[in-house]
Amino acid sequence: MKKLTSALLASAVFCTPLMADPVEDTLILNEEITMVTRTAAPAHVSDVLDEVISGWHFRGTETRAMQADDFDNPGMIFVEQAEEVWNTADGSEGKSCSSCHEGTDSMKGVRAVYPKWNEAAGEVRTLEMQVNDCRENRMGAEKWKYTGGDMTNMVALISSVSRGMPVDVAITGPAQSMWEQGKELYYTRTGQLELACASCHEDNYGNMIRADHLSQGQINGFPTYRLKNTKLNSVHARFKGCVRDTRAETFKPGSPEFVALELYVASRGNGLSVEGPSIRN
Amino acid sequence: MKRSYLAILALVAAPLAVSAGEITPTQVSFSDGSVEASLTGVPGDPAMGREIVGNKSLGNCVACHEVTDLADVPFHGEIGPMLDGAGDRWTEAELRGIVANAKMMFEDSLMPSFYKTEGFIRPGNAYTGKAADDTFGPLLNAQQIEDVVAYLVTLKD
Ligand code: HEC
Ligand code: HEC
Repeated sequence: MKKLTSALLASAVFCTPLMADPVEDTLILNEEITMVTRTAAPAHVSDVLDEVISGWHFRGTETRAMQADDFDNPGMIFVEQAEEVWNTADGSEGKSCSSCHEGTDSMKGVRAVYPKWNEAAGEVRTLEMQVNDCRENRMGAEKWKYTGGDMTNMVALISSVSRGMPVDVAITGPAQSMWEQGKELYYTRTGQLELACASCHEDNYGNMIRADHLSQGQINGFPTYRLKNTKLNSVHARFKGCVRDTRAETFKPGSPEFVALELYVASRGNGLSVEGPSIRN
Repeated sequence: MKRSYLAILALVAAPLAVSAGEITPTQVSFSDGSVEASLTGVPGDPAMGREIVGNKSLGNCVACHEVTDLADVPFHGEIGPMLDGAGDRWTEAELRGIVANAKMMFEDSLMPSFYKTEGFIRPGNAYTGKAADDTFGPLLNAQQIEDVVAYLVTLKD
């Protein structure tokens, strides 16, 4: 970390002060919920960041506006599809999600605290892992593909009912060792380009990298509807894309490494509002 | 002395694509971040270098650097310093060192090492996300490095 800081200082000395700052704007969802899109950094990242900022601030005017109204947010179409699945029985037990959880309102608050330590299983679980656990063990249904459409749409539905609540991922206690592992991965310079997550999202957020305006790489807005591929994109799919772009061998979605990284990255956004499904380019 | 000893080994072990007399990535000798000797002995072509600096699938230097001379290429990044005047600020040997392996000149630089084949963590096969295989080579070949250096030398204020 100290090493990266010195590289940053070196480039700051050379750099023209041409920073493309995050846009000043306020996100009010459906003219109702004022979202926290910038806030003081949580204690565990305050040594490297003063403020944590949602990726929303780094996107263009139209993209930001689309996210402010559910009628304009194409991600909500996928949420509606998942709502149907929520009520549809599947698997040998003839149960649907609603058989155990009733309405989707029961999921309020859940997105905000995941990934989360599961005591009975003795592991840190992402939302995707929890959904598949329900499917396999309570419904007798087949697991969904980790980054597949069914899964990502369902995660978006679960996220949507927590919108406006602060991300509040626990990093102490039994989750701590996995959090440390995620932190290690965040600062490891991988691939032939030897870039870490921190190289782009900590040292250079606000700067342009070719045509892209670098954000802090926060995940409070996931799943994200991307204008580029017109579907919802999951956290691990994004991680995979970013690692690949360092000309590295990536980890697999759902792998222990990406679960650890998700826990760590989620915790860097503690205090930001849950935004998923958000809109990104 | 040391270099010529290594060069002899390389003549035996170097991959076929490397022409005789070329300095391979593991043989490059840095002093204070600079590389005195041409990697190929063949003068670099600044026009080719200009192409490499701007081209997304070659050097893609403009991903991180702005260059006024390349204003015809869209979207220049802001990660590194503007390259205008680089030919005034640095000698040819220094520029060769920076392009071959910027970490020798700037400790822990974010700039990728364009002429290096060892010491990576989880190196991949280009942008496939898969592990590197035996086709793995440096980001730019020796003559491309010389071409880029020849171009940078022309960037005077
Ligand atoms: C070479 C630069 C680079 C590296 C290294 C990199 N990313 Fe990214 N990342 C980007 C770009 C460009 C985008 C798209 C613009 C943005 O949101 O920053 C992006 C977007 C993201 C987003 C989406 C943010 C949003 O609000 O939609 C997340 C999350 C993310 N990155 C996480 C990571 C993680 C975790 C790592 C390390 C494993 C990483 N990135 C490494 C360049 C990089
Ligand atoms: C991922 C970002 C990145 C890429 C890609 C990149 N550079 Fe750099 N470069 C930097 C940074 C950052 C510095 C500043 C030195 C430091 O602080 O590490 C730098 C410094 C330099 C310098 C010295 C700066 C000066 O003008 O005083 C030169 C010359 C240079 N780069 C040339 C190149 C060339 C040529 C390429 C492509 C073949 C390239 N760079 C690709 C990030 C990059």
